[in-house]
Amino acid sequence: MSNTKEFKPTDWGSPEMQARTRRRYRRDRNFKAMGVSAVLLAALFLFLLIGKIARDGAMGFLQTSIDIDVTFSEEILGDPRAMSAEAFEDHVRQANMIRLLDEALTTEFPEVTSRRDRRSLIRMISGGAREQLRTMVLETPAIVGSTRTVRLLAADDIDQLRKGKIDAAEEEANRKVKDKELAWYRKLDEEGRVSLNFHTRFFTSGDSRDPELAGIWGATMGSALTLVVTLFIAFPVGVLTAIYLEEFAPQNRLTDIIEININNLAAVPSIVFGLLGLAVFLGVMHLPRSAPVVGGLTLALMTLPTIIISARASIKAVPPSIRDAARGLGASPMQVVFHHVVPLAMPGILTGTIIGMAQALGETAPLLMIGMVAFIVDIPGGFTDAATALPVQIFLWADSPERAFVEKTSAAILVLLTFLIAMNGLAIWLRQKFERQW
Amino acid sequence: MKKIAIAAAVAGAALFASSGTLAQSRDQIRIVGSSTVFPFSTAVAEEFGRSSNFKTPIVESTGSGGGLKLFCSGIGTNHPDITNASRRIKKSEVELCAQNGVTNIVEVKIGFDGIVIASDKSAPDMSLTLRDLYLALAAKIPAPGTEGGLGNMIANPNRTWADVNPELPNRPIVVLGPPPTSGTRDAFNELAIEGGCETFSGMKALKKTDSGSYKALCRGIREDSAFVEAGENDNLIVQKLQANHEAVGIFGFSFLDQNADALKAFPVAAEGDEPQAPTFEAISDGAYPISRSLFFYVKKAHVDVVPGIREFLAEFTNDQAWGDFGYLADRGLIPLSEEERAKYRAEAKALTNLSLD
Repeated sequence: MSNTKEFKPTDWGSPEMQARTRRRYRRDRNFKAMGVSAVLLAALFLFLLIGKIARDGAMGFLQTSIDIDVTFSEEILGDPRAMSAEAFEDHVRQANMIRLLDEALTTEFPEVTSRRDRRSLIRMISGGAREQLRTMVLETPAIVGSTRTVRLLAADDIDQLRKGKIDAAEEEANRKVKDKELAWYRKLDEEGRVSLNFHTRFFTSGDSRDPELAGIWGATMGSALTLVVTLFIAFPVGVLTAIYLEEFAPQNRLTDIIEININNLAAVPSIVFGLLGLAVFLGVMHLPRSAPVVGGLTLALMTLPTIIISARASIKAVPPSIRDAARGLGASPMQVVFHHVVPLAMPGILTGTIIGMAQALGETAPLLMIGMVAFIVDIPGGFTDAATALPVQIFLWADSPERAFVEKTSAAILVLLTFLIAMNGLAIWLRQKFERQW
Repeated sequence: MKKIAIAAAVAGAALFASSGTLAQSRDQIRIVGSSTVFPFSTAVAEEFGRSSNFKTPIVESTGSGGGLKLFCSGIGTNHPDITNASRRIKKSEVELCAQNGVTNIVEVKIGFDGIVIASDKSAPDMSLTLRDLYLALAAKIPAPGTEGGLGNMIANPNRTWADVNPELPNRPIVVLGPPPTSGTRDAFNELAIEGGCETFSGMKALKKTDSGSYKALCRGIREDSAFVEAGENDNLIVQKLQANHEAVGIFGFSFLDQNADALKAFPVAAEGDEPQAPTFEAISDGAYPISRSLFFYVKKAHVDVVPGIREFLAEFTNDQAWGDFGYLADRGLIPLSEEERAKYRAEAKALTNLSLD
């Protein structure tokens, strides 16, 4: 055998051919490596983002409390045995709960006498303490006259101190918690009165300007009410449009124009829908400002294209043989569509709808125009009550000067993400469970 | 399937129709306006809701200009009752209000806000004058050696603070400030940039002869990389300062107050004055040169129609709220003097009409 063997161009053993194969494999490998690194990079960013939010947000679910021995004195609250239930309730509502707190703190810190110091002492406790004490007395009037250890929320600065977000080593002038307060806090801490607990109030209350009192329930209710309206408008309108366009509409210029417009609308920036909502729902129809009904209608306009496009795609995916078979058995066009095509297309339609709703849940820009970006304390109870939405709440908190709102913002983002993941998970589950392969 | 779809559509339509009728009456105060006043207004609203039998007012942050536009759009429950402003109402706005039937307006001045110039703690100290700020940030400045005037203006060539004033550190000018839609920006342009501009005699002369080009030249901020519009969110500016130690930020006093451990505010001097650090005291007695007044305006026609407006005014003008040791001071509002508080409290109580003089 000679080493200068003659190779045919297609011979696999030839050095040229081998070089070519090697090159092909190398390109393959390079492409795969690029793909993997792209995914890894995306995953890294996601991890950093979620990691940072989770780290900041975890603290937002916790809240510092201080245990104080409060004497529910008859002198301030009135005697429940000496008057009627209503009179007592009135009396308690009028009563100055700050005095109750002041007396309790004076017992704890007898050395603090000046008016100014006592005021700063009271400020270590959240302003919500008044309400908390009042509720306690109203729930169990028998408490009057006794002394109880009450777990009161700490003010936001003390909370931040407990969580290590305020550096005690910092110069006093630059520190939100002054030396005196620091000494009082340390005394309370040594007595075991300071504790860090899970903050249920965060999930049950409305907005507040005090970070320790602020909660997301109002915003969650607002989002839920808004989405109900969105679903009720966007789902039927979107699905019926899709069915008509896909199954009944003649192919002509008009339907072409409609189709182009629907695809265009899907790409219109959401703020434009807000402007539309402002002009039509508030300007022409005079619906109330800041109401979930207006938000829902506006977001429905925004979600419609998403629903129509996905519904049309899934209707198109139902094979024509199903329609032919139904027609062959004598079904009317309506029966074909509603007995056969729509049920088979439903998983796809629902998936599209849920994704559209998830998009609507995360939207703030259109809501800005119709007044849903607002400070609203009361929990909305109906479609016309003033309300905000979860992403709006995040936006408002992110803009608040108080440092403690940083962690509240992250905590609210985590809650919103949980809802979004749940909704998208539901969409995936529906698809997996009901989707048919043809 | 079809029945469900139709039922849903009908339910939707019913919802639509029913909501229209509910829009007529309102038992909740509605407030719009300045994002600077928002933290104070909301604090009062919350306290008012907590301590009275009225519903908590709804406060929207729309900016001073946007708020006044909504406020002046008419009388009736579809329009807001109160608007907050970080500047005084303009004559044109009073006219717009009058066109739409809003003729009786009550003005309440609530306090002051200082606009601070600050950097990260690690930055070297600087003591600025209004003239320095003007020379660092204006779009056009008087050519070196001249006193300005129409013919003598050049595009701002200054790249470092030392270019502006040899006594300042040799660091690049990177200023993060609010966008033009913000009331803070308006106030900064008027008080700091124009204040510095006026120190040139040529510009002062121009003010008398051609006030249009004077305004354009003396309030225009440079648009190159030295001035970065950082958005309405002051918290974002604070965070960016901590990340970029070269940068200098412009924002409201309450954000400095909350972040005093991380930031350093630069003292600022008006022409011929001693430099003043933006402290609570210096802003309240007017020694700090870049401070402005905050207001809110009440629609008199809505008082007694929307319940609680009188009581809300009483709550806001109570010393527990806007006084020297009130809860608004805790949130960074700089209170008015005792006399001014008494004056505006009386006016709010009597619902005295606004007069621009």
